[in-house]
Formats: sequence, C-alpha cells, structure tokens
Amino acid sequence: MKLFPIRGGIHPEYRKDMTSEKAIVAMPMPAALYIPLQQHIGAPAEVLVAEGDLVRKGQMIARNQGAVSASQHAPTSGRITSVAEVAAPHPSGLPQKTIIIEPDGKDEWADLPEPIADPFAADPHTIHDRVAQSGIVGMGGAAFPSAVKLNLGAQKKLETLLLNGAECEPYLTCDDRVMREYPDEVIDGARIMAHALGTAKVVIGIEQNKPQAIEIMTRAAAAFPEIKVVAVPVQYPMGSERHLVQAITGRETPARKLTADLGIVVHNVATARAVHHAVRFGRPLVARVVTVSGGAIREPSNVMTPIGTKVSDLVEFCGGFSARPESVVNGGPMMGQPLPSLDVPVVKGTSGILAMTAEEINNSPTSACIRCGACVTICPCGLSPVDMAAFIRKDNLDVAAKLGVMDCFSCGSCSWVCPSHIPLVHYFNYAKGVLRELESERRKSERIKTLAEVRTIRIEKAAEAKRAALAAKSKPAADAAPPGGETKATTEEKVNA
Amino acid sequence: MSIAIMKKSGPFAHGFNTVQKTMFTVLLALMPATLFNLYLFGWPAILLFTITVGACVAVEAACLLLAGKPVVATLADCSAILTGWLLAMSLPPWAPWWIGVLAAIFAIALTKHAFGGLGQNVFNPAMVGRTVMLISFPVAMTVWVAPHPLFSAGAPGLTEAFAITFGGNMPDTVSAASALGYIKTELSRGIPVAQSMAQVPDLMDMTLGYRAGSMGETSAILILAGGLFLMAKRIISWHIPVSMMGSLFLIAALFHAIDPARFTSGTFHLMSGATFLGAFFIATDYVTSPVSKTGQLIFGIGVGLLTWSIRNFAGYPEGMAFAVLLMNSLTPIIDQYTRPRAFGRTRKGEPLPLEEKP
Repeated sequence: MKLFPIRGGIHPEYRKDMTSEKAIVAMPMPAALYIPLQQHIGAPAEVLVAEGDLVRKGQMIARNQGAVSASQHAPTSGRITSVAEVAAPHPSGLPQKTIIIEPDGKDEWADLPEPIADPFAADPHTIHDRVAQSGIVGMGGAAFPSAVKLNLGAQKKLETLLLNGAECEPYLTCDDRVMREYPDEVIDGARIMAHALGTAKVVIGIEQNKPQAIEIMTRAAAAFPEIKVVAVPVQYPMGSERHLVQAITGRETPARKLTADLGIVVHNVATARAVHHAVRFGRPLVARVVTVSGGAIREPSNVMTPIGTKVSDLVEFCGGFSARPESVVNGGPMMGQPLPSLDVPVVKGTSGILAMTAEEINNSPTSACIRCGACVTICPCGLSPVDMAAFIRKDNLDVAAKLGVMDCFSCGSCSWVCPSHIPLVHYFNYAKGVLRELESERRKSERIKTLAEVRTIRIEKAAEAKRAALAAKSKPAADAAPPGGETKATTEEKVNA
Repeated sequence: MSIAIMKKSGPFAHGFNTVQKTMFTVLLALMPATLFNLYLFGWPAILLFTITVGACVAVEAACLLLAGKPVVATLADCSAILTGWLLAMSLPPWAPWWIGVLAAIFAIALTKHAFGGLGQNVFNPAMVGRTVMLISFPVAMTVWVAPHPLFSAGAPGLTEAFAITFGGNMPDTVSAASALGYIKTELSRGIPVAQSMAQVPDLMDMTLGYRAGSMGETSAILILAGGLFLMAKRIISWHIPVSMMGSLFLIAALFHAIDPARFTSGTFHLMSGATFLGAFFIATDYVTSPVSKTGQLIFGIGVGLLTWSIRNFAGYPEGMAFAVLLMNSLTPIIDQYTRPRAFGRTRKGEPLPLEEKP
C-alpha cells in the first residue's frame, strides 16, 4: 500500500527490546484497589456504592454522567472500604474522589449483561450502548470515552476505521504484546467497531519496528477482505492520530476539525480488544496491559493490571527498583506525565509505568539557544518552536498564540532534539494553560455582559410597562423616579460582581 | 523508595547532541584546511592564529566576568574558539599581532556580548571583526604573501616570524596580490579580464590552495572536504552552501558570457576568494542565518548575488564578508516570512478547507 510522508519527527532510542519479548503476565490481586471517579476526558462518574457495600467483579460502581464521561466497574469482588480523596496519577498529585475496594480474594463475576449474539446484525446503537455501559475509554493514553467516538457514525459519513497500533512511544510494548497474543480478539473488536461506525474499511497501522505483530495481525486479518494491515515507517510521532491518518491516506486534517470530518475514525488496538470483551462476553473494562519498564526497574514486564492497582504494588510485582529512578513516568517517555509519587493508582489510560535513570533521561542544564533550527525542521506540526519559546519567555503570549502554540500537541520532539536542552514543551504547556484560562475568563465575562444587558432591557421594559400603567391610571404621574438611574446601577453592579 | 519530583514536563528522553558537540565538530571540519594553511604560510601564520584565537577566548572570558555569567561553563561551549578560528582564517596570514587582538575585541565584545552573548548577536562576529579591520586598516589587511611553506627555502624561521608578527618587519619582497585583487587592479588600469587572467595562478593551483590569500581563501578542496563532513554529520544542510555557490556561479557565468572582457567566469568566482569558506563555514553560522530551510535558500541566494556584485562593482576585491553581514541584517525578516506552514492550516494560518477525497 502506498504511504505518504509526514513532516519532521525524530528517531529516539526506542529501548522496546527491554519488554517486547516478555509475554503478558497477570498480576496477583493487590490488598486494595483505588478507583478514581475520573480516569478519562470529560465529567467524573457518579458514585453508586457506599462504604461497606459488597461488590462483585464487573459490577458498576460509578455511572457516567453527561455527554462525555465513562462509568467505573469493580475490578474484582470485595468490600468498599471507603469513598475518599486520594492522590490522582497527575503531576500535581492533587487528590480526587476515589472508590477504595478491599478484594475478598474470590474474584467472583457479577451478573454481566448478556453477550450480543450477532453483533453484525445488531443495531449500531446496541453496540454503542454496550461500550458506554462497559466504561471503555481510549487506551492509547488520552482516555477519551470510546462510546462517544463510536457514535460519530451517526453524525458524519465515515469510510474508514483506522486502528492505531503504531505505538511510537519508546519503551512501550503493551499494544505490541496485545496484537501478538490476542490478534483475533483485536480483529473481532475492530470489526464490531467498524459495524457500529458504519465504515466499510478497516486499516490497522503498525510501525515497522514490530515485525511479529505485523505478521500475526496480517495473518489474523487474512479472512476479512475489508481489513488491511499496513506497516508504517518508524518515525516518532507516527502514532499521533492526525499524523497516522496523513501517513496512510495522504490527507491532512484541517485545524479545529476531527479526523472524522475526513471520514476516518481512529481507535487504539487495545480499545478494540476491550470492545470485543464487552460485546462478546458483557465484560466491562476492569484491567489493562501496562508496560513496566525503564532502567531502574529490576524486571521490566508487560503486566495485566487490575484498574486501581497502586503503582507501588505494580513496581513491587516487577521486582522493585534496581537503581534509584530519576523520575517515574506515567505513559511513554515522550508524552508521559511525571508521577508525583508511587501512591497513585493505575487508571484506564495508563499504558506504561517507566522508572527511568538519569542516564536514560539524559537531562542537562539549559544553555543559550544557538538558533540551529533543528526544532523548526523536526516539528511535525510545522510550527517554529524557537520563535514561540522566545515570545513566551517574554510573556508575550498573544504573539505565541498567533504563531500557533495552541496547535502544538506537546509531542516533545523539539525538546528532544534541542542541543541547548531548552525545555521547549514546558514553555508551550505553560502558554497553553494560561491562554486557555484567559479564553475561559473572556467567555465568562462576555456571558456576564450579555446577562447584564438582558437584565437592563428587562428592567427597562418593566419600568416602561409600569409607567404606561400609571399614566393610564392617573394623568399627573410627574413625580415618578427617572427610570434610567436604577437600571444603570444594577448593570454596573452585575458586571463588577 | 522515594522518587524525585520532576519540576518540568516531558519528554523524559533527550537526543545526544549538545552545543559543545556541534561547535567541536565544526572545529574538526576546519582542521585539515587550517593545518595545511599553517604549513603553507609558516611561523608568522601560526603566531597570528594563536594570538587571534587566544584573544577571542580572553575577551569572551572578560565579557562573561563583567556580565556575571558562569565563565568556565560558558567557555566550554567552544563558540569563542570557533569565532577566533574563523577570524584568524579570514586575516592575511602575516598580519601583525594587534590586528588579531583588535579584531577579537570587535568580534567578541562588540558583536556578540554587547547583544547578549551566544545566540543573541545579529551579525556574524568573525566577519564583523574582519570587516572592521579591513575598513580601518586597509593597508595592513591587504598585504598578502605568496605561500612560504614551513621549513622550505626562504620561509621565515621562528625568530623572523616574531619580527614579522610583533615587530611589523614585513620583508619587502614577499607581498603578492590575491587573484581577485589582481584582476580588479588590472581592470582599473584598463586591462581586460581575459588578459589579466593569464597572470593569475591556474585553476588547479587555486583549488589546491597554492596561492596568495588569507588562510580561509586558499585550499578550496580541503574546505570543501570539511564542509561535506559537516553535511554528513548533519551539522549543516545543503541549503545555504548550494544556493549561495549556485547563485554566485550562475550570475557570474551569465555576465561572463555577455562580456568576457569585463567579467570573470563563474568557475573563477567559485574558486577564488573566500567562496568555499563562506559557503560552508561563515554563511551557515546558526545564530545569524535563518532557521527554516526556505529562509536558508533565500539567504544563500542573497549572499551569492551580493558577493558577486561587491566583487565586481564595489571598491573591495572580495565581497564575501560584506555580503554575509548584509544578509545577516535581513535574517530576522526572512525568518518572519518563511515560517513553515502549520499542520492543517494554509500559509496564512487559516484552517485548511475540507476537501473532498482526492
């Protein structure tokens, strides 16, 4: 199949061989599980259980609320010890509401929803509802509720389901292992998703550094003419949704649009497997494969981990630390987030836990920019990191916004390539945060202004009506207060409030 | 076990390139041409080279000290050495010591540190150093000598070299004109190019470097080798060298075809003066050239055309340095207008229209 070039990109040290030949191992149930109510993009789920409740595996313990949200399920049978504030797996380490389960060791399944007998004859809505009910989110790392994305077929005309098996982040091998060990489940899940989306074609994109996965998936897909497995070049960030679409179809997703506007929906391979489990067995998403790796991990492994397992338990299962890690990262080394501590749970979007040594991170003090232009050459988004950073350093965020800082998806290529070790992505994340805040401020004040104006009009109208009524009742109504004064004061008060 | 809390976001991986490595690679690329030229021009050249590089490092250290910046750590980036090195290669090899020192002060103190140090300067420091010297001391800066290889008969020994560099005792008989200078002088006397060309060293000698000129002007072949090494190491890309030499060659060849009596050939322009040094080592300076590839092409073409114009129509026989400095001043504007097109957007920054499937 003809492929198309993508702009820029880098070739970091992949170090996937630390775990790529390690078969997925299941981890014993830890002493306690911590299920945060928000493990996804969107609104947190609503708690359905209380302290002391007994739950069984797969039982819904928190329900999705709002248009974009995902439910949470008990990863095993046991007792709810509390619903408390626990540190979230986020760099801030801020606490969030979390359901704590003490497993009873029986791992008993709850009464699960019936399997959908013939999903290809089922209405797309049935599948969509089942996926929503099963709490499935995008397992590539972004954790966007999958049901919402599966519903795109209802709004847009779709042609292709693109299954993302690129796994372009260094170290991570969880998708590689899932494709190699469960190819039929992934393919079945993909076919079900394609049916739900109404797409005729399925393309599975896998980076060329996973030859076994490519071979196994090609063989598994051979029976289905609508499925094509494509080997894409090893070029970070190939796994970025928009870039993968461009590499495979040659089409560039316009800014502020979705790939779905081009008729292509992208899902992760592990998500497809989760859909297979939900549809064929009624099983919700209660565990995932996590790559535990990095130079400071004694036994790097791919671990089938119950959602809610503390990172410290997972690290201990992998033999603990063999050296002092310089930092522990949630996700891949390029786009992953630093963990504030090991006392945070594994969530649905946790693709990797990396304990990295200083040598692997290769950090150095920042020196002066020598304008070498490497960041401009490699930026996969066609931005000019050197210029944006210069403006952000002077807090000139408006110009940075004009130069497109909001188009940056923080892939980290510029920081990686910079010979002066300038933390470019750090600058851009800062700018994006402030600009987003300013934008929401602006929206808020605009809304207040509109409300105030509406109120003024309303009060004026009321005063007008009153005056008219008074005038009708008695002609000498000259001593009525001037109507303008009061309304004006109210408006100002409202705006200042 | 406790873990260190990272204060910044990712990535948690980094390439192995550093500023120091980059500068060091450039120095390595300059090494063959430098060694050959030091051999060719003997002890006086070695003395001037040492003084110029030493002065640049000393001035850099003084400026860092004054600015309260870390001295040793910053000196380790090798940028001052590189500036001094390129500066020394652009001076007449037998020039007196104070030329090297003054040029170093202009290059490092006024061109680099007055603007904020490494990465902040608008103009190429080495070229400012050379140009200021050329304008201020035109006589000392245009005394070229024919090659006097080390240990050959007639080559100055160490003692004589000290007299030349520190005493200003330039032997009367050794001066020679550079090819570009000779052609220009003859042309001003009304002697056509075709006739004066017969007197300049043949192309082969020019390529190998056996001719009068500054160290960087001779031995095009070794400079070219260094430049290709830099390309292979991906320190520089082809854009500036190719566009610069290409435009210089094309315009020279065009005018030579129109009026061979007045204009020298494209090949002559490529092989003479500091064309190769300029194309691979001067115009490609990161700090003072555009960051985008399109910008670099425009920059290179500008340098090529200006070099040719200055060589032919201005008062100086060689225009490389002036051309680079003029284009340096345009770099910020070129950068502003040659930013790459952002993903999913038009050149103007609007979102791409949703086209139908091609």
